Amino acid sequence: MEDLALKTTDLRKTYADGTVALTGVTLEVPKGDFFALLGPNGAGKSTLIGIATGLVIPTGGALSIFGVDAFAQPERARRPVGVVPQNLNVNPFEKVIDIVVNQAGYYGIPRAVALPRADAILKDIGLANKRENIARELSGGMQRRLMIARALVHDPEFLFLDEPTAGVDVESRRAMWTYLKTLTSKGVTILLTTHYLEEAEQLAKHVAVINHGTIVAQGTIDEMLALADGRTPEGEAFRGGKLEEVYLKLTQQAPEQN
Amino acid sequence: MTPYEKWVAYYTIIRKEVVRLLRIWPQTFLPSLVTSTLYFLIFGAFLGSRIGMVHGVPYIMFVVPGLVMLSVVMNSYMNTSFVMFQSKFFMRTIDEILVSPTPPWVLIAGFISGGLIRGIVTGILVLLVALFFTHLVIHSVAIIILFLVLSSLVFALAGLVNGIYAKSMDAVNIVPTFVLQPLVYLGGIFYSTASLPPFWASLTRFDPLFYIINGFRYGFLGISDISLWVSFAVLGTLVLLLAVVNLYLLKKGLGLKQ
Repeated sequence: MEDLALKTTDLRKTYADGTVALTGVTLEVPKGDFFALLGPNGAGKSTLIGIATGLVIPTGGALSIFGVDAFAQPERARRPVGVVPQNLNVNPFEKVIDIVVNQAGYYGIPRAVALPRADAILKDIGLANKRENIARELSGGMQRRLMIARALVHDPEFLFLDEPTAGVDVESRRAMWTYLKTLTSKGVTILLTTHYLEEAEQLAKHVAVINHGTIVAQGTIDEMLALADGRTPEGEAFRGGKLEEVYLKLTQQAPEQN
Repeated sequence: MTPYEKWVAYYTIIRKEVVRLLRIWPQTFLPSLVTSTLYFLIFGAFLGSRIGMVHGVPYIMFVVPGLVMLSVVMNSYMNTSFVMFQSKFFMRTIDEILVSPTPPWVLIAGFISGGLIRGIVTGILVLLVALFFTHLVIHSVAIIILFLVLSSLVFALAGLVNGIYAKSMDAVNIVPTFVLQPLVYLGGIFYSTASLPPFWASLTRFDPLFYIINGFRYGFLGISDISLWVSFAVLGTLVLLLAVVNLYLLKKGLGLKQ
């Protein structure tokens, strides 16, 4: 029985323009985990998610999802996966309910089965009253929630969330956290990337920090927080959150001066 | 995916496309009707009587099959090229399918079917408009249907290659305007190659539209400048070639994945 949801070995990616995004990422995400992948812009987080979800072609290495080789059997590997991309990518002219139900269709779920399922998810995520609206009538935060509903309609066992709360107001973000916690309590594995470190601190069981295309540290959230000593990389007193302090040390960035 | 799940995925792509085609019918179906009405008016009512007979039939009757085919190939081509380009470039909604277990050939079949529906429906509508200007002679319904479907298929497949490869909106518009339209007009919509000087008549043989228009015209009038089997062979070869190219592009992710 495979107890890993995701396993990458020496995963590499160099884009056509020569940009090196991943330089040999080896990572393990346990099944049922809430895993936070942190790193600065351009560190390689979205590339890693892109490779795992079949949107980016790797240069080398291996990747398996629940033990299935994602490069040898891409369709089988993608079946248990749901993904919420970083950029808004819903059709602005399509109805909310159609966006969710159509996504179920791409996983082979007939419309009659998908409709009640989509309605239930839209209700859970607070979009039931927008069911018949077209996507462009929704606010940015609502569109983000719609993308989560779309990613969940086929009942995935593994959810990739690439900065799902970017641009979302505090109330909606808190509501989203609660919903995501409910999902992990049901056994769904979540890999989250975020720039809100308090979000990772609140939600994650395991954390990995990626920088310049390589994993610079990984461990349980407690192991990561234990690396904090209350000092900035320059040795001055640090007044932010513990994870933020560790993150900044690992990525070699000085905290902003206020 | 089971065969039934693949069918559901295919049906989902088509359903979404039909909803889109009907939602924006003034953009999808109306322009061809307006253009062909003008052609029928000018070449039928105004000029047709002065031109007289071609291959023993009134001129308006001679041009009808070519004008129907013009709308079929242009609409089939533009539908797949534009829908693919729009979904990969502007909204990135193609990712909805690419992250799912839907196999590449089902995606191709879905997009191509959308092109077929738009091309054939427009062709039938143009044919109905033609009835206001002339009566129709039908030599073989089977040949008409066969050429209608095969021609639409060839250009839907070609449009999909264009849509997958295009990196800008210009690249999508250039082919229909500067390649397709001249080929259609020089393929013998308005004249018989028997009336051309030998050099130009031989040159026309390099235009694939010449074989399509002649085959389609044979279905109506029972007259053709070339053998029907040559037309079938050219169309069949193009279908196979373009289907293989599309499948290769989709499997490798070229033009769609980074």
